[in-house]
Amino acid sequence: MIVASNLSKRYPGGYEALKDISFEISAGQMVFITGHSGAGKSTLVKLIASIERPTAGSLVVNGQNLSALRRSAIPYVRRHLGMVFQDQKLLFDRSALDNVLLPLQIAGLPRREAIRRASAALDKVGLLAREKANPIALSGGEQQRLAIARAVVNRPTVLLADEPTGNLDSDSAADILEIFAEFHQVGVTVVVATHDQSWIERYHPNVLRLDHGRLVA
Amino acid sequence: MNAWFSQHRAALASAFRRLWSTPLNTVLSLLVIGIALTLPGFGYVLLDNLRDLGNNASGVQQISLFMNLDADKKDIGEIENRLKQAATGKWRFVPKEEALKRMQASEDMAEIVASLPRNPLPDAFIVEPTNSEPEALEILRKEIAGWPKVAHVQLDSAWVKRFDAFLKLAKLALWMLAGIFAAGLVAVTFNTIRLQVLAQAAEIEVARMIGATDAFIRRPFYYYGALQGALGGLLAAGLVFGALTLLAEPVGELAALYGGSFSLRAPGAIEVAALAAIGAFLGWLGAQLSVSLSLRKFD
Ligand SMILES: Nc1ncnc2c1ncn2[C@@H]1O[C@H](COP(=O)(O)OP(=O)(O)OP(=O)(O)O)[C@@H](O)[C@H]1O
Ligand SMILES: [Mg+2]
Repeated sequence: MIVASNLSKRYPGGYEALKDISFEISAGQMVFITGHSGAGKSTLVKLIASIERPTAGSLVVNGQNLSALRRSAIPYVRRHLGMVFQDQKLLFDRSALDNVLLPLQIAGLPRREAIRRASAALDKVGLLAREKANPIALSGGEQQRLAIARAVVNRPTVLLADEPTGNLDSDSAADILEIFAEFHQVGVTVVVATHDQSWIERYHPNVLRLDHGRLVA
Repeated sequence: MNAWFSQHRAALASAFRRLWSTPLNTVLSLLVIGIALTLPGFGYVLLDNLRDLGNNASGVQQISLFMNLDADKKDIGEIENRLKQAATGKWRFVPKEEALKRMQASEDMAEIVASLPRNPLPDAFIVEPTNSEPEALEILRKEIAGWPKVAHVQLDSAWVKRFDAFLKLAKLALWMLAGIFAAGLVAVTFNTIRLQVLAQAAEIEVARMIGATDAFIRRPFYYYGALQGALGGLLAAGLVFGALTLLAEPVGELAALYGGSFSLRAPGAIEVAALAAIGAFLGWLGAQLSVSLSLRKFD
């Protein structure tokens, strides 16, 4: 599903955030990317989501080699990926439901069908009752769950999250984690970047541990 | 196909929503665009009317042919023959006796005419050529001037020529004006769209991240520009109608003073549609330029 070979990323300033990394994530796996702050977790997530491009090596996601991707093909690769961002990137000029509708509008779904699916996604993360609320009126945990609903509404094969529990108390974090575990159970490949060790003790996922841009486990 | 249609409908709907959600900005932009299109639009209608006026003013494009004073019946017959052969249009013979009678009928002239020892007026023909193009009239005048016993040929088309030259100049000025205002319209749309892109920066960024194509991101802005331009065009048509309505009465009075009945012709449905289409095209062009420039920083 996701195969990295000798993958490196050097940022324009010259800093090498990832150095010669190789790994393979197969379909249906749940994988955590861990490591200290600045280890390169977000960088790896951005490479998988083709937000950044590798500077060396190859990265194949869903059979597509991202290093050799034409610019015009990037949107279609991203659509097969459900992405939960470190800063959530919710839109505060519209309702929770409209936030979840956005990926479906991009895919060109008829409105009726889109609303049906978006409501189902909101239901799944326990936010159906708040569908008309503006995200600004939601708690931190609710905002994170809204971001997850938006990531999964398009039924992606890979769910990718960067620090999804970053600013949450442990109860809310546990809720979020439970939601990811549920998607994992129905066959979605789940990749989560986090420095939260308690997750690993609880779910025993596969772990990619980064240290100063190198893979150590 | 279905997805394509629903995406275009969504883009159009979103363009309407954006126009609607900032009413003050929308009204101001529409006024600027409307006024920018009104001036050339009004000029066009005015020129169109003037051209009609030039074409319809009957009895103006006529040639007066004066015979020599010593011309006799035979000479007149000869001219009649030639006019028939030349098949130039309508013509009428005015014998010198008739011309004199007409003069006597006029109060001011009667006294003078009575004091004359003999009729000083020549026989004359009034020709109304079918082809009233200034060039054709001039050619005909030259030909008639060469006929026997013709003393003088007067072409009453000097003002027609001047009028024609004026129309040409006015048309040129109108094109220049239209060009300037078209550029203005593009610039106005460019700026509104630039502000729109800035205001939508968050949405554009998120949409990009979750798989929106360039076309998906640009489409609502194109619709916005085109819609704004089309509405501006309709507003301009309304303003032109308004101006014509205000002018109708004075123009009617002026025409009556000259014994004519001339009324301004208002733009038809096709012209209104054309104005809206031109507005839409220019708005789309402005949006295209603006989006291409503004979206660069999202790469
Ligand atoms: N756009 C960028 N340009 C230059 N350097 C960058 C850029 N983004 C990240 N880096 C650098 O790359 C290194 C890895 O950054 P990254 O964001 O991947 O770390 P991280 O593991 O996600 O850290 P954290 O746990 O704090 O989020 C850091 O040293 C960072 O300064
Ligand atoms: Mg990070």
